[in-house]
Amino acid sequence: MVVAPPEVEPPGHAPDGPGARRAADRRAAARGIASRLALMAVPFAFFAVFFAYPVAAIVARGLKDGGRWQFGRMGEVLGDPHIGHVLWFTTWQAAASTALTLALALPGAYVFARFDFPGKQVLRAVVTVPFVLPTVVAGSAFLALLGRGGLLDELWGVRLDTTVWAILLAHVFFNYAVVVRTVGGLWAQLDPRQEEAARVLGAGRFAAWRRVTLPALAPAVAAAALMVFLFTFTSFGVIQILGGPRYATLEVEIYQQTAQLLNLPTAAVLSIVQLLAVCVLLAVHAWTVRRRESTLRLVDAARTAHRPRGAGQWALLAGVLTCVTLLILLPLAVLVQRSFDGPDGYGPVFYRALQSAADNGGTFVVAPLEAIGNSLSYGLAATAIAVVIGGLAAAALTLRGGAKGGAKGGARGAGRLVRGFDALLMLPLGTSAVTVGFGFLITLDKPPLDLRDSWILVPLAQALVGVPFVVRTMLPVLRAVDVRLREAAAVLGASPLRAWREVDLPLVGRALAVAAGFAFAVSLGEFGATVFIARPESPTLPVAVARLLGRPGELNYGQAMALSTMLMLVCAVALLALERVRTDRSGEF
Amino acid sequence: MNSNIRRAIGAAVVGALGVATLAACGGSGSDASDSKTVTLVSHDSFNASKPVLDDFTKKTGYKVRVVKSGDAGAAVNQAILSKSHPQGDVFFGVDNTLLSRALDNGLFTPYEAKGLDRVPRDLQLDAAKHRATPVDTGDICVNYDRAYFKDHKLAPPRSFDDLVKPEYKNLLVTENVATSSPGLAFQLGTVAKYGADGWQKYWQRLKDNGVEVVDGWEQAYNQRFSGSAAGKKAKGDKPLVVSYASSPPAEVLDAKPQPQEGPTGVATGTCFRQIEFAGLLSGAKNTEGGKALLDFLVSKEFQEDMPLQMFVKPANQDAKLPEVFTKYGAKIPDPETLAPEQIAKNREQWVKSWSSLLLK
Repeated sequence: MVVAPPEVEPPGHAPDGPGARRAADRRAAARGIASRLALMAVPFAFFAVFFAYPVAAIVARGLKDGGRWQFGRMGEVLGDPHIGHVLWFTTWQAAASTALTLALALPGAYVFARFDFPGKQVLRAVVTVPFVLPTVVAGSAFLALLGRGGLLDELWGVRLDTTVWAILLAHVFFNYAVVVRTVGGLWAQLDPRQEEAARVLGAGRFAAWRRVTLPALAPAVAAAALMVFLFTFTSFGVIQILGGPRYATLEVEIYQQTAQLLNLPTAAVLSIVQLLAVCVLLAVHAWTVRRRESTLRLVDAARTAHRPRGAGQWALLAGVLTCVTLLILLPLAVLVQRSFDGPDGYGPVFYRALQSAADNGGTFVVAPLEAIGNSLSYGLAATAIAVVIGGLAAAALTLRGGAKGGAKGGARGAGRLVRGFDALLMLPLGTSAVTVGFGFLITLDKPPLDLRDSWILVPLAQALVGVPFVVRTMLPVLRAVDVRLREAAAVLGASPLRAWREVDLPLVGRALAVAAGFAFAVSLGEFGATVFIARPESPTLPVAVARLLGRPGELNYGQAMALSTMLMLVCAVALLALERVRTDRSGEF
Repeated sequence: MNSNIRRAIGAAVVGALGVATLAACGGSGSDASDSKTVTLVSHDSFNASKPVLDDFTKKTGYKVRVVKSGDAGAAVNQAILSKSHPQGDVFFGVDNTLLSRALDNGLFTPYEAKGLDRVPRDLQLDAAKHRATPVDTGDICVNYDRAYFKDHKLAPPRSFDDLVKPEYKNLLVTENVATSSPGLAFQLGTVAKYGADGWQKYWQRLKDNGVEVVDGWEQAYNQRFSGSAAGKKAKGDKPLVVSYASSPPAEVLDAKPQPQEGPTGVATGTCFRQIEFAGLLSGAKNTEGGKALLDFLVSKEFQEDMPLQMFVKPANQDAKLPEVFTKYGAKIPDPETLAPEQIAKNREQWVKSWSSLLLK
């Protein structure tokens, strides 16, 4: 539509006649493919070693019996009506959760992108907090609201626990930030004048939005939807706590078969089913967004935001704030309240207990400050790894590999390669944590990759989940950077590196900060894989919370709540600090 | 231009190498191969107080490093999967429901711990070969909320048979047998009591009497049970819960001042006995240290520290229970048991039939 990809030939090409031009194009294309491959090498190696190899090994262990492959198992497991039921429930609850999250969070993305209001930065950090909360903790907060004797029950006699509604609402709670951050990040940088132009030309408000803004946002919306779907598709704790034992996802089933029953053949078949389902989804996603990504006019985010004007905008802001309050702030508030609700009335009893328990030792208790330190340093390492790997991958995916002229055949091949690579990076989000964790255990145990006892294993596993976020947040923005800017820089004599630094980096700086924030939050909250590999003397905050919750007694429960509250604080403060870094740098625009 | 691309690629490669080097350094920085360190692999609930571990170091010269990985089931399974390159020297925390799996997979090397003669024979389930050393016992029993039964002028249930009586309708919450180890233990107790043919009929009656099933112990005990401190806060609605015989002492442990009587009690005729074992891992790097640690695990010193760290009872009969256990805990005269081989053989089938009976 209005934002059409540039079809004009770049000015750098001197038309010396058709033959010479084709040869030059071919050379340029070959060069493009070569540098793309080089950029892809590092992320590719990372995924091969830390994802593909462990997962393949654990699946092979399950399917191989006495050196022979047992593919007969496939039919046997898939023929089980229980498994069919699980697969169906897994899929539809993920689809419903994704739809509900988009419906509730897209207005939020708009509000955070376009409106200025007091406390906006704090609120944006706070809506991301659920993301890092262990599901056990958030689940119990939801029970307190939706369950028996909960707020809803007392007010209207409505109970939602052990219903699908509780699961869906909790999924919105956890994934609201995914939409707000992924879509909002791009939305804030879209030039509002384009929509305004459409309105001047006679389009209604909705038509202008649908025909101008929506197409521009489509890739980011699709990316957010994909991530929410993958997260809910592999949902584990939420389903167990809020759904009760009657609801099971594939993830729950795989966990049971692997960790409880040691039934590796069945677990292997289920892991393959999960991987295949995720692959189909990624293919559909790639197919729908392929033609949508286009060069956009990006502007400084600070310039697009303004105070709400008119009753409509105020109403929208009020609506979004109400939704955030009910769905996100209220459950968080319950946790904070419980962390202070001591045996003799309100007070910091549990916080003090955390400290004193740590003083009198034991291998169980870790000083809360120490757990925070562990979480932060793991988080920083994981973020660094995720940003390097994800950044390289995103750069490789945006490099234009000479899609014009005589090199069409090669470009098509490269295109397929790129799409496959793109999908590969997303796979960890859709893979069971227990499969990855157990895979690590049996593959990374001998030299040269004897990492089982190493601290680096934790950030590596966390980065695996962080990289897709980095790629998905950076890609729409990187692709939206007008290639002519780069070419103009090249014409003016800038090296590719310099062109990247001077053109791309300032434009994607915001996306980079958002991506880093995500990677950090993911690693702070990651539990599924960390619980298997974290060293006990240095547990992360979520692991420490889970340990406390597993023990009886009021003090342990209260300490778990206190530690969760501290986890929330750490996350909010870290995200705020990241946002600060971004605003300080925005002068470079 | 070409050279610039190469430079950019070079930078990327250097970055990647940096990450790899970091990884390699992390790997070599581990202290696992140190012969003065002995590594104990266990589940998340393992705990010992620091002075006790320090004392072990003082006596033997070995430092204890602990590796914990997931719940009891996951920890055993991981140990089995990694047995060609074990993560440590000693594994602690395989119970009688998982013992056969561990032994059949050759997880342990025989070693008869010093002081084993102070452990009752009926706990030594591998007495012939000494691959697994009993360290502690714990009973899974129905706990009740004293206040509820006092208020309703009702005697709390005492046996499995009581639980299906109409006066206890809709009062019991238990855990999913497929996902929770106390849930499984309670079901095994009913198998032991009513036999491999009779337990399903019993559960049908429990179901008709309104038993509620939740997924895990945390939800059952901290959310639904009206007797626990956390459950009170969460407005728990079930005065009966499947938990541990040690839960009542744990409830009063932090109360100041300690009450005359704990808020919860144990239905002593509903118990299944769990025995936890430790063993020397096959392929252990530090065999001598591992043996010393096994001796230590059944020693009086460790055994007396254990109850308040892990809420279990010592296997060593010389070890004295802390006062809070004797005062608020119940004596379980005759807990149900099942042979590990029988559990290993039927477990999956039992879990399946239980699920289709209760959850469909």
